This record gives sequence, C-alpha cells and structure tokens, in this order.
Amino acid sequence: MNIRSQIAMVFHLDKCIGCHTCSVACKNIWTDRKGAEYMWWNNVETKPGTGYPTKWEDQDIYQGGWKKDGDSVSLKGAGKLKGLKNIFHNPNMPVLDDYYEPWAYRYQDLFDAPEGDDQPIGRAVSLITGEPIEIQSGPNWDDDLSGTPDYARQDVNFKHLSQAEQEAMFQLEKMTFHYLPRICNHCLNPACVASCPSGALYKRGEDGVVLINQERCRAWRMCVTACPYKKSYYNWNTGKSEKCVLCYPRLESGQPPACMHSCVGRIRYLGVMLYDADRIQAVASCDESEIVDRHMDIYLNPNDPAVIKAARENGIADSTIKAAQNSPVYKFVKEWKIALPLHPEFRTLPNLFYVPPLLPAMASVSADGTYDTVSEHLLAGVEKLRVPIRYLSSLFTAGNDDKVMDVFKKLHAVRVSRRDTTVKDVTDKQLNTVMNEASIDVDTANAIFRLTSLATFEERFVIPAAHREEAIEMLENTGDYKGSTGFGFKEKPARGL
Amino acid sequence: MLDYLLFGALPYVALAVFLIGSIYRYTKKGFQVSSLSSQFLEGRKLFFGSQFFHWGIVMLFFGHLIGFLIPNAVVAWNGSPVRLLVLEFTAFGFAISSLIGLLLLIKRRATTKRIQMVSNYMDYVVYLVLFVQIASGILMAYYGRWGSNWFASVMTPYLRSVFAFNPNVDLIAQLSTSNTMALLMVKTHIASAFLIIGIIPFTRFVHFLVAPFDYIWRKYQLVIWNWNHKEIRTSRNYFPGKSRDFKNN
Repeated sequence: MNIRSQIAMVFHLDKCIGCHTCSVACKNIWTDRKGAEYMWWNNVETKPGTGYPTKWEDQDIYQGGWKKDGDSVSLKGAGKLKGLKNIFHNPNMPVLDDYYEPWAYRYQDLFDAPEGDDQPIGRAVSLITGEPIEIQSGPNWDDDLSGTPDYARQDVNFKHLSQAEQEAMFQLEKMTFHYLPRICNHCLNPACVASCPSGALYKRGEDGVVLINQERCRAWRMCVTACPYKKSYYNWNTGKSEKCVLCYPRLESGQPPACMHSCVGRIRYLGVMLYDADRIQAVASCDESEIVDRHMDIYLNPNDPAVIKAARENGIADSTIKAAQNSPVYKFVKEWKIALPLHPEFRTLPNLFYVPPLLPAMASVSADGTYDTVSEHLLAGVEKLRVPIRYLSSLFTAGNDDKVMDVFKKLHAVRVSRRDTTVKDVTDKQLNTVMNEASIDVDTANAIFRLTSLATFEERFVIPAAHREEAIEMLENTGDYKGSTGFGFKEKPARGL
Repeated sequence: MLDYLLFGALPYVALAVFLIGSIYRYTKKGFQVSSLSSQFLEGRKLFFGSQFFHWGIVMLFFGHLIGFLIPNAVVAWNGSPVRLLVLEFTAFGFAISSLIGLLLLIKRRATTKRIQMVSNYMDYVVYLVLFVQIASGILMAYYGRWGSNWFASVMTPYLRSVFAFNPNVDLIAQLSTSNTMALLMVKTHIASAFLIIGIIPFTRFVHFLVAPFDYIWRKYQLVIWNWNHKEIRTSRNYFPGKSRDFKNN
C-alpha cells in the first residue's frame, strides 16, 4: 500500500444555477492577461450542449485521454512515439477557433463619435489582432440551450441515445437541461503529465495538485491534446501552456479556491481523500464496465486503523488524516455514493465528482397539456425523469444506467424523507418503500440533506494545513534538532583529522 | 584576409557567444526558452510548412553530424557509385523539402494577421539566415556535386581543427574548383552556419537545444514532493534537508 493524499472536489449539480460567478472569480484572479483571454480554467456549460472548447468530449476529434492497451493503458493522441512524431505539427490539437476569438468593444468610439443622425456604436475588436471582427462564438454560447440546432443537438453524448429519445429531449414541453461547471480534475492518472515531452507537468506529492512548470514548458503542446477534458490551455503570447492551479496559494493558506469560495449556490465541496497509489495502473486499465466502482475503491477509509497506520508510515501528517476523516467529499463519494466522476471512460481517474441533477423528475406535463406536479407519489418517482437516464450515464458512469439510477433513488429518498419530517403527509408505507429502494435510512437522509442544504463554510471546505513551515525548515535547515550542535551550522560539524 | 576572419575567427566568436548566451538564457531566463509554437493561432498552413521544413532540416543535421563523426564510413559508403548517388539524392531531397517548408512558413507568417501579432524582428532574421543556409547548400550541391565525399575529406578535418583550437583555415581558403559558383556557395554555407550557431541564444533557435529526447526513457507520470515526508519523522536524521530535490514516483 502506498498511501497518498489528494485534494478532491464535489459539485452538486442540483444546486447549480448557472450564474458563472465561479468563472468570473477565476478569470479575474488568473487569466485576465494577454494570451490568456480565451482561457476559462473554470467554465460552466449547459448540457445538452457542445461545451467549451466545442465538442471537447468527442475524443474521435481530439484524441484525448487514455485507451485500454492490454494490461495497461496508453495515451490516445500523445505519448512517446505519437507525441514525438507529431511534435512539429500536432494534428489533434484544438486551435483558437475551436474555443472562440476573444474580443472587446471600442467603447471610446461611443464618446468620440461626431454628432450625427446615427447612434454611435462600439464595434467588437479581436483581442488578438485588434481588428474589428464579426463575433462567431463565445465560451458559453450554448447557455440555457440557446442556439439549440447548432449546439445542443450536436451534443456528443447523444450518440448513445435513440432518435426518438433525442427528439423527446427537444420538445418544448419536455425540454430539460442542467449546468455543468468544470475545472481541472487534478486526476490520479493525469494524461497531461504523461504527455509532456519536456516533463514540465507534474503532480504535487503532498496534495495531488497538477501543475505546469512555466520554466520548463517548451510549447510542445501535447498536454492540450492529451487532456480529455481540455483543461490545459496554450498561451499564444508567452508560448507556454497553462492550466487550473486549484488556487494552490489559497489552499496553502487554508482558503478554498476562488471558484469555490465565490459560488453563490454553494454547490462546491472540497476535501482530502486518501488513496492507494499502487493501484492506479490496475484501476485505470480495468474493464470499462467496472471502472466507476474500481475508481471509487481506490479511495481508502480514513477511519480504518490500518489505513491510518500506513498513511503515517508514508509521511502523511496527522492533520491531513484528520482532514480526510472530516472530508465532505468522502461522505458524498464513498459513504453515500451519490457523487460520480465525469466521463470515467477517459481513464484519467478524475478527482472532481458530480452529484447528478434530479430536478427534472419533479413534475411532468400531462396529456391535456397541464403542468402536473401531483403524481400518485407526490414527488414523481425517478422513473418519470424527463431527461433520459442514458444521457446522464453517458456523462457520469461510462454508460451504466443502473449507477445513475441508484444515485437518483437516494436523492429522491432524501426528498421524501424531508417531506415526511417537515410536512408529514407521507404515509409510512410510501416512506419505507422509497427508503428501502434507495437502501438508506432516515439518519443518512438527514445527513445528506444537512450537508447539501445547510452546511457551513467549514463543513464544505475541509482544507488540511499545508505544513509549509516544516517544508521550509527541511529546505533551509533553519531549525535545530535534538543531537545537533547548536545554531549556525549548515553542515554536520565534523571533527578534523 | 576575409577567409581568416570568416573561418578562423568567426567560429570562435560564434561558439563563445553560443555557449555563454545559451547557458545564461537557460539558467536565468528559463521562462523564455520555448519553441513559441503558433499552431494554436493557425494550424492548417502550418502543417506542410512545418513538417517539410523540420523533417528536412533534422535529417540534414544528422547527416552533417554523421559526416563529422565518422567520415571514413561515409567515404567507404560512397565507394560504390550507386550508393554515392543514393546518398546525394536523398540529401538533396531533404534539402529541397526544408527549402519548400521554409518558403511556406515565410508565406504563412507574412500573410496571416494572427501570426504577425506574435512575430518579432528576430523571426525574420531567422528566416533570412535559414534561407541563405539552405539555398547555399542546394546551389553548392547543384554546381559542385558529391558534397558528401568532399565534406568527409575536407570539412571534417577543418571542423576538427577548429575544435582542437588550431584552425586550419587553409583547408577552406585554398579550396580550388573549376566552378567559382560552387566555391562561393561553399564559403557562404560555412560562414552562415557559424552565424546561425552564434545567434542561437538570441532567437527561437534555442528550442532545438531543449529537444525532448529524455521523454523517450522518462517514466510517464511525474510526482514531485516538496520535501521528504518520510524523513521528517525520524529523529535520528539530524539533517534530513539534504534530500532537497527528493523525487518519488
């Protein structure tokens, strides 16, 4: 067992209102610079939709992530042979137009325009060339299903849906969508790190944050191709790639990342997970049908004495173990099993989990066109979801419908249980049926409800101390240790001959 | 006199500038060492330009390197006329390929607005010296013939004398051939080669110094620890900070 700690995250999609506050907070701190205007380390997509960059999920186009290769995995569009062969021109790399051409407006023209009959306008100018442009697209052009024929209907996940199911999704009365906020997943098996020819990308041992060393990046651009989530971006001005740093300077001082701190829906949770690094290869290369289960299994129970002992032996600080025991992520992912990884079939073992959205199940349109909120079960059962389960399973479980259904049953049971507690109009039989189907008890339902709806800042973000003070001591030898010879010696004092 | 300047002094100036400049740029200005790829801004026109140019120039580079390292083997290979022809035509082909690539790249940079936004003067200097270098090589091969043999028997001894700090300029200065064009091109080719070496630290040429060969034997995943977590817990180790760059994967 080789235990390491990892900062992991949960995004609760039922609570996301798609306000983009996270994106703006991130942009203001990190990417409001020349060359980075087009980058959105945090972006919010509407699903169904093509996302940002366009069709990023379609690995037939971008060749991102890993593919199973015997007992192991190999990079789809990068790697030692393919990467070096394509180093002079990378055929699978998205270019600027796959994201969007960033622009600003000539506001000064509004003031400087001479008096005339026409309303002065501030024309859009490209932030790259400075010339007037016709705006083609933006980072969230498919927001709230706008431009559905161009965007939502091109959603890559539809390839698993029948034509009838697709049509049903776009009937006005049955239309459904949800938001999908995305940041770097800081994967356990990062394809970007493996693809970098110059070794500029690395995973931090202490907390698992994946970073790009700006001094070592040589613009070979392989990480942009290899990341299946397209969360590594090429800065066209500096000639260096950049990515989400999980606000590590904030983490090290005990604050959550800016996107999470600013989230008005409080959908984001962050905490430590302990995992067994020796199992990464086996899990990443397992059969697609079991990859979600195996992925969840790699995270260890931080309350297990054997795990605690092994973690200590591996140098994990007690404060980190304690943070892992209080981790909200552990509760969502392991205890309650209601959070799922995004596109696990990419085999990077992402550390960002999503509670899938249940909201569309709440009501349906009856045959006479009225909006029917009262079904026989009051809260419509999960079978009456508007969104085809297959769509969500394509997003979160590599096509396993049952896994999504299991989560929905639990989320539904929590609602019924809370209805029983607060309004008290649910019969015992109804409650028991729902709770048994979801196989949770009332206490668990209350705990889920509490962490979902009432959790405080400290409950949502459990950040272990970074122990930088120890790191500095170790690097600089500033401190004194038992048995040494006082201050001032940089070297071990040795007796002369 | 000019010969002594170009083939006796220029090599040392170029090599000194190259060594000092490159080490300074790599160690002090690491952020500026990049291939400065512009594929992100324009990918289609880049394909043929970059592929033709780079594969051509890489092959030519290694061809010259082989001629420098094992000249006898090259001469022996050229013993048979057929093999000589194969070698000469292959090299000529790569030269044409890199010239076509270079012209495509120049056209791309000159005509694409987005690329112009990330261009600077040194990019055009790079194009100029590369054009002179490749064109002089091609013309030399066209007028002079059998350059691979000549390189092994004349150029290699000259280069070795340069690296031995005892430059034998006469080898180049007293070259005689019936074709004055070939002679001019040879001298241009050599002088321009040293010029390229000399301007490496000031241009995007630096990216070939950091060609990622170590990727071939590196482990795919890279995990870096700030300090050695295991050692911090042993009281017997008084100076655990020794493991400054402790890497564990």
